[in-house]
Amino acid sequence: MQTVKMVVTGPFNAGKTEFIRSVSEIDVVSTERKISSDTERIKETTTVAMDFGRITVDDDLVLYLFGTPGQRRFDFMWEILSEGMLGFVVMVDSTRPETFREARTILETFRAYAPTPYVVTANKQDREDAWELEDMRIALRLDPKLKLLPCVATNKESVKNVLLELLYSILAEMELKEKGK
Amino acid sequence: MALKGNLRDFTITQLLNLINLARKTGTLIVEGPNERVLVSFRDGKLAYAQAGQEDNGLVAVLYRARRLSANQSKALKERAGNMSDKELGLLLVNANYITQQDIINSLQMYFVGIVNRLFTWVEGMFRFENELLPPDDKITVRVGLENIIIEGSRRLREWEQLQDEIPNLDMSLKFAERPGANIRNFNLSVEEWRVVSYINPKNTIRQIARATKMSDLEIRRIIYGLLQAGLVEIIRPEGPARPPVQQPSARPTVPQPSPEEQKSLINRLIMRIRSI
Ligand SMILES: Nc1nc2c(ncn2[C@@H]2O[C@H](COP(=O)(O)OP(=O)(O)OP(=O)(O)O)[C@@H](O)[C@H]2O)c(=O)[nH]1
Ligand SMILES: [Mg+2]
Repeated sequence: MQTVKMVVTGPFNAGKTEFIRSVSEIDVVSTERKISSDTERIKETTTVAMDFGRITVDDDLVLYLFGTPGQRRFDFMWEILSEGMLGFVVMVDSTRPETFREARTILETFRAYAPTPYVVTANKQDREDAWELEDMRIALRLDPKLKLLPCVATNKESVKNVLLELLYSILAEMELKEKGK
Repeated sequence: MALKGNLRDFTITQLLNLINLARKTGTLIVEGPNERVLVSFRDGKLAYAQAGQEDNGLVAVLYRARRLSANQSKALKERAGNMSDKELGLLLVNANYITQQDIINSLQMYFVGIVNRLFTWVEGMFRFENELLPPDDKITVRVGLENIIIEGSRRLREWEQLQDEIPNLDMSLKFAERPGANIRNFNLSVEEWRVVSYINPKNTIRQIARATKMSDLEIRRIIYGLLQAGLVEIIRPEGPARPPVQQPSARPTVPQPSPEEQKSLINRLIMRIRSI
């Protein structure tokens, strides 16, 4: 039995837990806690160690999805979660530009852990106050070639699309490497 | 009757035999010339060990067993500092980062390693304390002593033999100058690669052992093998002042699955996710 994993990361409240919940075949194993500090009390609970979802492919292949905690004080889990990942998704809350800078930092940090492919999602695109994709690309200072995907984490099709785009990028990267040899 | 005495009169092998047969519970304390070692037993089985000031916390043990990288163990130590080993173990298992079996195996290997070191001690006082048990928040193991005793006696003989072959760890190594012999064509183990990556006339065998975290016996054994294969030669160190151990230039790489296998795996994932 082989297991592979992908990591879903991004700032506090971006929608990481929701994203994994939408496609996982098991109830997402979340380590949610009530939020204690006032500054971050925009919602009831937050992920403290990780979220953990699973998609069984066949008898000998399982994909695990790991969501990282959004709060910085748990970033010591990041490197451990990133070990051996196939790729990662950076989730950004399109309605909260004040978190864009943080998203950028998280992206850089994960890129330093492993040179795996990744995509960025503009989450909560269903909300009226969501930023436009092209504005977000500029604000996040993303390379024009990097995939920035619209997303609604509560919608399964939308989440599937993000995972597929990431897998296409992984495949493309492999083919590129092969040609380079 | 108090179980205490001198290793010259009562050897480690005899002590372990006794603990095994009497199914003893408690802690054996051995005070050697340089170090004090505590080994705990439950019902005659090895449960826990602590060597001198050596850090035997879970993070340190997993790091030694190469289950955590240096950065990870540093981060875990800083950030999870007040978690007990049991709590931390649970977190790592839940994070799917490591299995429970991995943790147990790493601890067993570490504790057995401490006991194995004792076999080469000839000097030292020992006593057995029935009341002294491992700290509550530590993870303990259960390892039968029979194999440790057999393995230990075997090591003792090997140790004596290897000490004859490589009497001095303050010598250095260099690659044998044999045209056509390419190190990459040899089938080396991971441990051997680690040693090979530090071979440099500037590094003594002792420094390599320290850098690779190997015991005297382990490093002697590997170097003996490399010498026998004609890969390395022993040389005198260059001058008295020795710089710190040189880092290896490139880490040995683990074999990767073939590109075809990898691509097929990704394609299976794609098919599956499309079908959700
Ligand atoms: N409208 C809308 N709400 C969303 C979407 N994704 C997530 N949410 C909501 O946003 C809030 C935060 O989602 P979570 O999944 O808990 O976010 P998180 O990134 O796991 O948060 P932390 O673990 O605290 O960092 C929840 O109330 C979700 O229901 C989305 O696409 N659209
Ligand atoms: Mg969460």
